Amino acid sequence: MSSVETAPVGTGAPIPPDRIVNDFSIQVATVNGSGSQSANLVLLRSLFQMGIPVSGKNLFPSNIAGLPTWYTIRTNKKGYIGRKKEIDFMVAMNAETAREDVLDLPSGAAVVYDEPLHLDAVRTDLHFYPVPFTKIVTPVCPNAKLRKLVKNIIYDGVLAWLLGIELEEIYKALLKQFSTKPKAAELNWNAVQAGYEFAKENLPKTDPFYVERMNATKGKIIIEGNAAAALGSIFAGVSVVTWYPITPSSSLAETLTDYARKYRIDKETGTANFAIVQAEDELASIGMALGAGWAGARSMTATAGPGISLMSEFVGLGYFAEIPVVIFDVQRMGPSTGLPTRTAQGDLIACATLSHGDTFHPMLIPSSPEECFEMAGQAFDLAEELQTPIFVMLDLDLGMNYWMADKFEYPTKPFNRGKVLDSEDLDRRGVFERYRDVDGDGICYRTLPGTENPLAAYFTRGTGHNEAAQYSERPDDWTRNMDRLARKYKTARAKMPAPEIDEVEEASIGLIVCGTTHFAAVESRDQLSSEQGLQTSYLRVRGFPFNRDIIDFIRGHDRVYIVDQNRDGQLLQLIRADCPAEMVSRLRSVRYYGGLPIDSRTITDSILEQEGL
Amino acid sequence: MSTAAAPPPKKVNRIGLELKQYRGLKTTLCAGCGHNSISERIIECCFEMGIDPQRVIKLSGIGCSSKSPAYFLNTSHAFNAVHGRMPSVATGAMLANHKLIALGVTGDGDSASIGIGQFVHLMRRNLPIIYVIEDNGCYGLTKGQFSATADLGSTLKTGVANDLPPIDTCALAIELGATFVARSFSGDKKQLQSILKAGLSHHGTVMIDVISPCVTFNDHSGSTKSYSYVRDHRHDLNAVDFVPFFDEIHVEDEIEPGELREVTLHDGSTLLLKKIEEGYDPSDMMAAVKTLHEHAQRGQVLTGVFYVNTEKSDFIELLNLTDAPLWQVSESNGGRPQESALAEIMEELS
Repeated sequence: MSSVETAPVGTGAPIPPDRIVNDFSIQVATVNGSGSQSANLVLLRSLFQMGIPVSGKNLFPSNIAGLPTWYTIRTNKKGYIGRKKEIDFMVAMNAETAREDVLDLPSGAAVVYDEPLHLDAVRTDLHFYPVPFTKIVTPVCPNAKLRKLVKNIIYDGVLAWLLGIELEEIYKALLKQFSTKPKAAELNWNAVQAGYEFAKENLPKTDPFYVERMNATKGKIIIEGNAAAALGSIFAGVSVVTWYPITPSSSLAETLTDYARKYRIDKETGTANFAIVQAEDELASIGMALGAGWAGARSMTATAGPGISLMSEFVGLGYFAEIPVVIFDVQRMGPSTGLPTRTAQGDLIACATLSHGDTFHPMLIPSSPEECFEMAGQAFDLAEELQTPIFVMLDLDLGMNYWMADKFEYPTKPFNRGKVLDSEDLDRRGVFERYRDVDGDGICYRTLPGTENPLAAYFTRGTGHNEAAQYSERPDDWTRNMDRLARKYKTARAKMPAPEIDEVEEASIGLIVCGTTHFAAVESRDQLSSEQGLQTSYLRVRGFPFNRDIIDFIRGHDRVYIVDQNRDGQLLQLIRADCPAEMVSRLRSVRYYGGLPIDSRTITDSILEQEGL
Repeated sequence: MSTAAAPPPKKVNRIGLELKQYRGLKTTLCAGCGHNSISERIIECCFEMGIDPQRVIKLSGIGCSSKSPAYFLNTSHAFNAVHGRMPSVATGAMLANHKLIALGVTGDGDSASIGIGQFVHLMRRNLPIIYVIEDNGCYGLTKGQFSATADLGSTLKTGVANDLPPIDTCALAIELGATFVARSFSGDKKQLQSILKAGLSHHGTVMIDVISPCVTFNDHSGSTKSYSYVRDHRHDLNAVDFVPFFDEIHVEDEIEPGELREVTLHDGSTLLLKKIEEGYDPSDMMAAVKTLHEHAQRGQVLTGVFYVNTEKSDFIELLNLTDAPLWQVSESNGGRPQESALAEIMEELS
């Protein structure tokens, strides 16, 4: 540690301002694999249990142990849960990054740090709280091997004292975190208390940050988007799940496996009404999911960018042979391997048109755990209704971070299994042609393998085919089929979930966003309004192909800012392709692609700059 | 079966179907292609075994071989997948409906090159499937390039020699966990029939590599997969006979009981292997691999059933699935857990 080699930075001791209650962010800097995740979740949950709106974001390396990791918790009484750029309260546990962590803080921030790091020598304008973690942990954790893991939870006790977190809530959160390990819960509880006692006796409070009990989280849950999507799939009757491990989507399949084992095993026979297969790669996971969809099962896979690239050929087959399947893409930063543990909305264009030739694929774009749950259900209905691959576009921020959410509503609608003919239907019709557009909506009738009727069989292929599913190279057969698929696109458009719209009458500018950008955008609109008096209308896209409401929204505003979490403005590009030429000039772009969840200030500043304000 | 009706009764099998009901479209492969003989054997075997074609799914990848499912079993559903990735589609389909009979047809390019990854994992899972490699040692549909089963030193029509060693799909399949592994020759009607019929009675992955000369690109003197080469160099490991479980089991007179190895398959039928190799035991995995390598070194094309394991669980059994096929899972039969389950989960998360 070289923190004392240079002169301290700052303008003198901080002046204590007024109390700042339930409106600040805490960042914990630790080393990956040191047990800090438990300590952070207990902290998050304690605040949540105190009724304070809270969000937690894990900024972690692509590594299992040893590299720096940061966990940011934001409390906000107004309910803003997007990322906040500035850190107000730092817990510096990692010698590697401590100096830089502290130098990045805004003046007046508070720092709890591991005493030997001597961070108080780095700056003069912060509130410093040195804590001898090693000294405190020794008596409460006699087993030297466990000390490294228990050491971190001590800062929960220290923060409880400094911020006013109720110890009872920390205890409850601990029991939840270690529900299957009562011994670990006790050990950690002792450490929390030791931290609290130390702080009470040795750390006079000088910073302005406090938490106070509220009533804003009653009836809510805390959940990751991946778990919500997994639950949505479970309650939507998914029966074949094929996947290949990849960050940040693995936990979707893993959580799904846990819930399926608990809730989808027949109690009498002990048999499973689901099959979950970890495939050899993404080529196989999508192939299996398609095979299962073809044979009539509700099937899905979950992946991220590199997996999407590998699935490209099969997804084209799924589109062309018209096979239902649901693909969850938990987006991470690309291109290539990119930043596997950082978030982005970088696969929008790739998924919308994945594979060679003329294709399109419907996408559902959730922004919250509630929508992950609901849209998972919708995706299985749409896949079978439209007989085509459906993408559900999460991102790492939504999928892997913990979010406050309303309790999920129990779905009551029957599954929509689409146009499937059984043996009796075939007898009644007397004729079956797999790719004939009987209803004029571009969606044809299909039969499932195993249907006991000599009319049922057809040949599924990725090569050119006529209405009777026979191989054909005739230009008219090919064109007719492609035109019908285009008709299906129109049908799909009407079935996509409508956007969320907040139209403000006096607003001449509008914002269009999708997915997790929502949380920063909501806050940004308030900033624009309160700081500059700038009123904005708002539209959040929830599905592709786009609903016509989007065009009406653009028509109703002079300038429309489309906010993207990618470099090339992918949402903008997709909307522009749909937009009448005379309205294209109204479209403007706000882009962020640093890998962290977008924050409100980035949006606000970009809009103000473009507005010349 | 007999009736008093005047016209002579049509020849039907035990489920009342005629041979023609097992046929497919007219082949578009080259005249004399070994693949057409294999299609014929599939038609005969399914007819004679009384397989219900409506329960069969025909699966293939890309290539000449993969076109052939159009030429048999017209009333079976078929899926012509992407190149090398039929195994995953077959796996998914069988997960959705384990009552189906999966019949996969692939080629040496499809399985041993682009699809080797999926081939490997299919064998490893022991998925219930009859997996036939129509092996001609070349890429027919793209005009004759070498495949990964082409023998070292064999030549293209242009005279270019292959300088890489071949992949032995049978040795690989045995090592990986397939439970019925055989090799045959498209020109040997009797042996291929016996092997296919036995395969249809087996539970688990049935891997049959059928040497099937390409008459257009690989039936010349430099090829080791030509008709003449295979006829001159083949060496039968065992004479194979098969007795379906619905026939009365009998032993043909000319086979000495001491020379017979009977393998009872899952449905009760019997595979009779007439031993030629001294001490050859089809349940001995190590011996099977050794025998394959020894004959390959001698330049012999060994045919017969190399390995049978009737003990190992197949992939469907490992997953402990409900008896009802998974495609039938709906909101009313357990596909959507009760409202109380969601309430319980929500409580845990709050």
